[in-house]
Amino acid sequence: MATHLILQKIFKTGIVSEPAPAADLSLRTREQDLHAEILKVFGQAVAIRHVDAGSCNGCELEIHAINGPHYNIEGIGVKFVASPRHADLLLVTGPVSRNLEVALKRTFEATPEPKWVVAMGDCGCTGGMFGESYASCGRISNVIPVDVEVPGCPPTPIALLQGILAAVSQNRKNAPA
Amino acid sequence: MKIGDHDWNIKPLGKHIWRGRMEPGQLLALTRAVKEEGGQLIALWGTDDRHLGGGFGLHVALLTSLGLAWVSKALPADNPSHPDLAHIFPQADRMQRAAFDLLGIRAADAIDDRKWLRHGAWPANVFPLRKDFDASQPATHDTDAYPFIRVEGEGVHEIPVGPIHAGTIEPGHFRFSIIGERVLRLEQRLGYTHKGTEKRFEGMDLATGARLAGRVSGDSHSAYAWAYCMAVESATASPVPERAVWLRALFLEIERIANHLGDLGYLGNDVALAFGFMQFWRLKEDWLRLTARLFGHRYLFDCIVPGGVAKDIADSGIAELAREADRIEAEVRSLKAIYDDHATLQDRFANTGVCKPDLAARLGLTGLAGRASAQAWDARAQFPQAPYDQLDVSMATQRRGDVLARAEVRFAEIHESLRLIRDLLARLPAGALHTPLNPVHDVCEGLGWVEGWRGEVVVAVRIGADGRLDRVHPHDPSWQNWPLLEIGILGNIVPDFPLINKSFNLSYSGADL
Repeated sequence: MATHLILQKIFKTGIVSEPAPAADLSLRTREQDLHAEILKVFGQAVAIRHVDAGSCNGCELEIHAINGPHYNIEGIGVKFVASPRHADLLLVTGPVSRNLEVALKRTFEATPEPKWVVAMGDCGCTGGMFGESYASCGRISNVIPVDVEVPGCPPTPIALLQGILAAVSQNRKNAPA
Repeated sequence: MKIGDHDWNIKPLGKHIWRGRMEPGQLLALTRAVKEEGGQLIALWGTDDRHLGGGFGLHVALLTSLGLAWVSKALPADNPSHPDLAHIFPQADRMQRAAFDLLGIRAADAIDDRKWLRHGAWPANVFPLRKDFDASQPATHDTDAYPFIRVEGEGVHEIPVGPIHAGTIEPGHFRFSIIGERVLRLEQRLGYTHKGTEKRFEGMDLATGARLAGRVSGDSHSAYAWAYCMAVESATASPVPERAVWLRALFLEIERIANHLGDLGYLGNDVALAFGFMQFWRLKEDWLRLTARLFGHRYLFDCIVPGGVAKDIADSGIAELAREADRIEAEVRSLKAIYDDHATLQDRFANTGVCKPDLAARLGLTGLAGRASAQAWDARAQFPQAPYDQLDVSMATQRRGDVLARAEVRFAEIHESLRLIRDLLARLPAGALHTPLNPVHDVCEGLGWVEGWRGEVVVAVRIGADGRLDRVHPHDPSWQNWPLLEIGILGNIVPDFPLINKSFNLSYSGADL
């Protein structure tokens, strides 16, 4: 019975993944760009490992959101993975709490080269409202090298995807021919 | 305020909120009396009062039959210690340990005196929340070396998990002792996201404090911002325009629905029903986009400010939000029918991660998880602040205390919140959005109490004579509920842990501060 209801719901819902060709052309271009860049750099897809280095969990809400059906990130070659050893890119949130400083460094070390780091959110970019203190190291780049900083509190899903693209395409520019 | 046979020197501070100072010997007696009448300890924290001519202060927020009582006990400046309250209310255990780590206030005779928030970033004899703390001292880099309690015996082994987890979740360490597939013991090590939030408040102006309060736990932004503002407005005796109060409730219910939708999706995902995840996250995304269109931010950040709100809703927005509420309601109903009918999902949800009502009562399980274990209280229903006193909130409860019950409470609360949203929109009073706060001339204090989506959020505020924040303690319901997760997992299989964990969905940042 549940199967029947599930199928009915799926057909009724249709495909919500964006872009819908007529509805939002600029978004479609952006996602196509992203796909093309990833194909050029990795030949297949970019694997992302998220690391919460002390966030308030606001940025995590948007990371969850881009995994939803509207954004269809796996369809454009972006995949979140369970281990830094499987990752091409670390997506780091938060001001880095001192209690996580070592864990973040170890996660960075465990990620194979070539690798990119995207700092997500105002706290990740500048330390944000938490700044540097007895308990906080401040911005991500105070602890590990950062390739791209995506500001926002939290950054919107589109801004986040743009940041991932920026990390990937910057590498292509700098890579030896 | 009368509790048991005794009339305590506790006076009204706000609506259903009380304030009292305990003489030596009284705190234990009061705590026992509250326990006997079926109350709970909600929060415990400390203050450094030496710059105000005192020593230290121990503060406790107790849920009584008359509302929330904030009681304080003065402690001497040298060797500040107080009687252990964890033997009466076990949920005080971690709060007492945190108070020691931050302020050096010790619970005498406490069974568990291990560190909690301190890992290795500052020495054991340094207390960052003391006013004379030297912030220029370099951080230490000691390893945590936390003394876990070890389970020994034939066939027992440990699985350490975290702090960096395999999914997009916050960091914490879980130490499982297992035999075969079954969990014999789980011990949590939290505090990883401790970023000095309470210290950060010190010296901040009142408006900036609201922004920081909203970022104690981002998923509960409106709950924290409102509780903080309620505390500041109470401290300064500042009135808030009626329309602003109603809009705050609207924001809080929008936040509750967004979180419940997301959790119901993840609960489906954790039992391999990706369909559930995609459907609920489709609805959540629609909801967030509408929120952003109406109020300029997907999670309503900084919409609640001291003295009122920063965003209004136009008539066209009211119509649009009411329409969306109707649509979401119908969609959630059809998805509920599928969850109800799905054999695998029901099999995984039912009898998994059980917290029985008597245990929940003994350990102080609260909020959404508490209501799923027959802890039938919701500040919006029993002790409503405006505008909930005019809304007649219907509380959702279950007795099973398992994953299924926590899912059921979420379903029921989505429907109730949608009803409240329609009601709030239909009766939204006209008028101003914001009134400036009254000026501060002397040290003053206030407390805010808001039923967030996870449970009650309490924020206690002391403002200095200079009009800036002197001490802010934000309390997350996760403090009480984390220890119940240690118990809910017992006897379950390790692969069910993510499901049980998600069914509580507790905040790390909110309790690590």
